[in-house]
Amino acid sequence: MLDDFFVRALIAGIGIAVMAGPLGCFVIWRRMAYFGDTMAHSALLGVALSLLLDLNLMVAVFIVAAAVSILLLFLQRRGALSTDALLGILSHSALSIGLVIVAFMTWVRIDLVGFLFGDILAVSESDIDIIWGGGILVIFAIVYLWRPLLASTVNPELAEAEGMKPERARLFFMLLMALVIAIAMKIVGILLITSLLIIPAATARRFATSPEIMAVLASVIGALAVTGGLFGSLHWDTPSGPSIVVAALALFVLSLLPIGRRRLETASHSTPGGHH
Amino acid sequence: MLNFRSPETTPLVRLNNAGVRRNGRWLVRGVEFSISPGEIVTLIGPNGSGKSTTAKTAIGVLKADEGYVERKPGLKVGYVPQKLSVDWTLPLTVERLMTLTGPLKGREIEEALSATGVLHLAKAEVQHLSGGEFQRALLARAIARKPDLLVLDEPVQGVDFSGEIALYELIKQIRNRTGCGILLISHDLHIVMAETDTVVCLNGHVCCTGTPQAVSQSPEYQKLFGRRAASTLAVYSHNHDHTHLPDGRVLHADGSITEHCYPGDGHHHDEDDNVHDHGDDCGCGHHSRLHGFELKEKRDA
Repeated sequence: MLDDFFVRALIAGIGIAVMAGPLGCFVIWRRMAYFGDTMAHSALLGVALSLLLDLNLMVAVFIVAAAVSILLLFLQRRGALSTDALLGILSHSALSIGLVIVAFMTWVRIDLVGFLFGDILAVSESDIDIIWGGGILVIFAIVYLWRPLLASTVNPELAEAEGMKPERARLFFMLLMALVIAIAMKIVGILLITSLLIIPAATARRFATSPEIMAVLASVIGALAVTGGLFGSLHWDTPSGPSIVVAALALFVLSLLPIGRRRLETASHSTPGGHH
Repeated sequence: MLNFRSPETTPLVRLNNAGVRRNGRWLVRGVEFSISPGEIVTLIGPNGSGKSTTAKTAIGVLKADEGYVERKPGLKVGYVPQKLSVDWTLPLTVERLMTLTGPLKGREIEEALSATGVLHLAKAEVQHLSGGEFQRALLARAIARKPDLLVLDEPVQGVDFSGEIALYELIKQIRNRTGCGILLISHDLHIVMAETDTVVCLNGHVCCTGTPQAVSQSPEYQKLFGRRAASTLAVYSHNHDHTHLPDGRVLHADGSITEHCYPGDGHHHDEDDNVHDHGDDCGCGHHSRLHGFELKEKRDA
């Protein structure tokens, strides 16, 4: 049952889940879910450009996703439209431009479904090298940037007043997002990358008592979801991306069950005997 | 720069004719004041008068679009912002909040938390705190890092009256113990902390600057606030040529109402006429011009 391609997909998927965990926490803490979606959708434009200009796929996707996030920052500064309207415009136009370019290129055969929903067969050994190399880079960067990122998530002005650079942290964070999207695209698919960022992090929230624990838990839960989803995908011959998301959702629903909740709630309050 | 004093009184921060402009509108203009070590400066003014903007400009969160701000090199700031909401998805205990912008020793955390009276809440998640408890936790966080300058944007909001007195006493103690400079933004137009050295009244510009009058000197206020409060609070009396309405608009002496009271908007008297009419305790020496002021007003009418 454990064919070679499956082991590769598993190793790749777990690598993606590990780096998506802490990033996903920041996505929900900063309420940037739709922002992540926009960057992910723009990945299809990256795919189209990579085919058109004969560039490396991951490099092209990274560049386009990073460019879209910087464009968004610039448009936000101009303040003509609300952020969610800007996101809606950028998200769907980047996706549509990508689809239109692909349609024009009649000379290339492209597995669009594989790009949109993930394809476990597509993972090569060099992909695994890139995923784990990129993953280690992302984890190191997150650890290095942890304090300024967390402080500016709580309050950017406070962070800046006390000697941090929230704008720079934000820029690095967006570049890391672009990197994860570029790396994760093959396994999870463009349309579903954000869910791998958000659902494990949301699941981890129930059990976490500090930001750091939540980040680690999100990685573990994401790895569980990837493993479960890929086995399901192999067993029922379903696309890998949706299968992983369904597995993540199952874990999230399990986390909502009231088991152990009482203990957590009493722990987060002060002891009743503490007042004078 | 010109009247540079001796090194030990070099201000931590000095604003020189500072102004901040957003979307073609001046939020504040012509702000001048400085904060020295051990000095407490209180900013007052109605909502939208630019108090927070001024404080943010002083600590470099906002850049001055006009004038300039001098800061002591390596100035360490402790900041309590006016609004701070932590998303419920972020699991953050009071203890973890303390080390948000820099590492601290366990003992330093405990000291700061017990100084503000919230040590028993160290393990509580910040989302579960009441407004007053959260303010105390934020204040503890700001003082734990032993700043040169403490900037408190409405630190007594959401705190009841006796809590307010206690917080002001605590701020006084912090100043006396550490000798840091304190920039305080008051939510009240007239009542400020008694220990305040300088009050700066803002409404788009500096309306006036002065020292407060201790409540304890006024029997009526003493009766109103009680003896304990009387030693902590002070009254700052204004007497401008325009009145700040509660909604931030300005009623001018000529009866007109405008959004703001910028000099040169046509509702003021000539700049060299010394725009404002000050209270007796203002100490800026402008009120000697009061006479010519009133004459001109009659002529205008």
